[in-house]
Amino acid sequence: MQLIKDQKIIDNTWQYIADNDELKAGDISVSYARWQNDKQSLSAHDGKLGVRISSEDNVDAIADDLERLQLIELDFPDFADGRLFSQAWLLRGRYDYQGEIRAIGQYIPDQVFYLARVGVNAFCPKASEELSGIINNLKDFTVKYQSSIN
Amino acid sequence: MYQYTNTDQTLVDERVAQFRRQTEQYLKGELSEDHYRALRLRNGVYIQTHAPLLRVAGPYGLLNSKQVRMLAHIARNYDKNYCHFTTRQNIQFNWPKLEQIPDILAELASVQMHSIQTSGNCMRNTTSDHLAGVCVDEIEDPRPYCEIIRQWTTLHPEFDYLPRKFKIAVSGALHDRAATQFHDVGLHLVKNAEGEVGFKVIVGGGLGRTPIIGQIIKPFLEKKHLLSYLEAVLRIYNLYGRRDNKYKARIKILVKESSLAKFSALVEKEWLLLKDTNELIAERIEAMCAQFSMPAYDDLAEADQSFAEHQSTNQAFATWVKHNTADHKVSGYRAAFVSLKAPDSPPGDMTDEQLDAVADLADAYSFGEIRATHRQNLILADIKQADLFPLWQKLLELKLATPNIGTATDMICCPGLDFCSLANAGSIGIAKEINEALDDMDYIHDIGDLKINMSGCMNGCAHQSVGHIGILGVDKKGTEWYQLTLGGSSENNAAIGERLGPAVAKDQVTKAVVTILDVYIKQRQEEESFLDMVNRVGITPFKEQVYATH
Repeated sequence: MQLIKDQKIIDNTWQYIADNDELKAGDISVSYARWQNDKQSLSAHDGKLGVRISSEDNVDAIADDLERLQLIELDFPDFADGRLFSQAWLLRGRYDYQGEIRAIGQYIPDQVFYLARVGVNAFCPKASEELSGIINNLKDFTVKYQSSIN
Repeated sequence: MYQYTNTDQTLVDERVAQFRRQTEQYLKGELSEDHYRALRLRNGVYIQTHAPLLRVAGPYGLLNSKQVRMLAHIARNYDKNYCHFTTRQNIQFNWPKLEQIPDILAELASVQMHSIQTSGNCMRNTTSDHLAGVCVDEIEDPRPYCEIIRQWTTLHPEFDYLPRKFKIAVSGALHDRAATQFHDVGLHLVKNAEGEVGFKVIVGGGLGRTPIIGQIIKPFLEKKHLLSYLEAVLRIYNLYGRRDNKYKARIKILVKESSLAKFSALVEKEWLLLKDTNELIAERIEAMCAQFSMPAYDDLAEADQSFAEHQSTNQAFATWVKHNTADHKVSGYRAAFVSLKAPDSPPGDMTDEQLDAVADLADAYSFGEIRATHRQNLILADIKQADLFPLWQKLLELKLATPNIGTATDMICCPGLDFCSLANAGSIGIAKEINEALDDMDYIHDIGDLKINMSGCMNGCAHQSVGHIGILGVDKKGTEWYQLTLGGSSENNAAIGERLGPAVAKDQVTKAVVTILDVYIKQRQEEESFLDMVNRVGITPFKEQVYATH
């Protein structure tokens, strides 16, 4: 599966580990709940670590862990739920998170300009046909009225 | 008046291009109904009973003559020759074709207008005092701050998918004409003990299904912190506002359920982390104030004698001056209302010909500017007293001089069942009936200051809960019934109207209103306004009469 990172189409090298799945070798992302429960054992994993957060999750609770995480996935349950826009802002603006922030799930390509402005730098499409649309929509506006992350 | 820079123009042009693409994708079946709905709403496009409805932003109610001529052009070429002014100082077109809306928006962009965020669960058009900059009781002109807020709210990347809509109003005068206590955030320019001007911040007010009077969250906020404080409020609302039930998703419910103390502690904590990083610098405020500098008033305007002469010789003109003009801070000038409440036309509606003519009058007499009020009238704010008589004569010809501002027939009225897909009951028809019953201008003037607000459903677009008399259309087993309330007010003495009793049938509404007014005429004390009497005696005397006749 391909995705967009820093405005370029690249291959996804990360593996999505569901809560009931065994860990796999390489770079993996786990749910916020699994991270909270298995932090110690996950820290011994040989490979990069990522955590998926959803709208209900609170990034304040993982603020101290951010140095160990190379990826935060914002898992949109519904495109109309805007909480993850603020969570992204908090990750970058409050906690100075430097790793990858990736939008996954039910966001829509028409939201990527805003998502990029609040600090999201990678976008996982629902289908590969969306890739070119996402790249184009990142350029919807050349001007802005207010400061945010970007 | 604020003039677009290249940045503003580029932004609205790029927004038109974006919406054109989205609309084309939708019409080709490439964008789902659900996704397109969210995007079109953020461009002011509703799908109504008959056709799409387009809501155009009137930034804090301020328009220039060129923009008003554009509204006429759109009404003529894309709609049925009229448009409608709303309670949020916006402009609605009821009959555009969806596929033509991107073209309409391109036309609007050519005169520095847009429809961005006039609907949807996002930050809406900021409203203000319709007498801003000219009224006699002003602490400071609120419009520069409205424009700063307009820019900050427009396409804000973090706050475009809020739990529910979010409305901000700003008032700069002692008398609150912007209903700041009934907004998600209300801002009042105030002076502190040191004589410094800042903002009193009110939060959690609102109308609609659950009318609530806002509470003071910050008695005094320095101007430089305006945007950081709004950012803190919006972030807390975005993160903690309810999303499980759309009727409980407004900030007023969050404030109420969590308590003001808890909510304000969250905001304060967030704000303290932000306030030093996002200051509104004095130079920016000054530059914005310069955009709203006073026009070139005539120092000799007051010397004119004709104004007084016309009033003494022409009773109709004198009556119009008394009811449809307001004091101006510059002597020799008055602000003149353009009444959109003629007895035979729906409240707030204007034809293309009237729009063009008013644009001409603004150019001739009022520095080319026109304002929309939240009671659905227009104002020409800077009329030299010598020009009031010729202005009145022209407004008379246009049927825009009904001397009823602030009286019983200056009703606020939503489009109701005739146009709106949400409505339970008609409202325009009832307004017409009340107008027919109250056809005696002397009687209306005798009743004096009265605000009748009528909505066709619980959503309360016409702010019935703060009407001195509120009328709310409800559906009872498929028939239209109307709930009456008395004693509401959106001004300094903010109050939510009290229910008079059981809802009345459609053919009894006008009779009930007439009965209420008769009780007032008979039982009022000298100089006592309708609202003052309701506050003194309560609803019982009115209730007894209204329900006695049923």
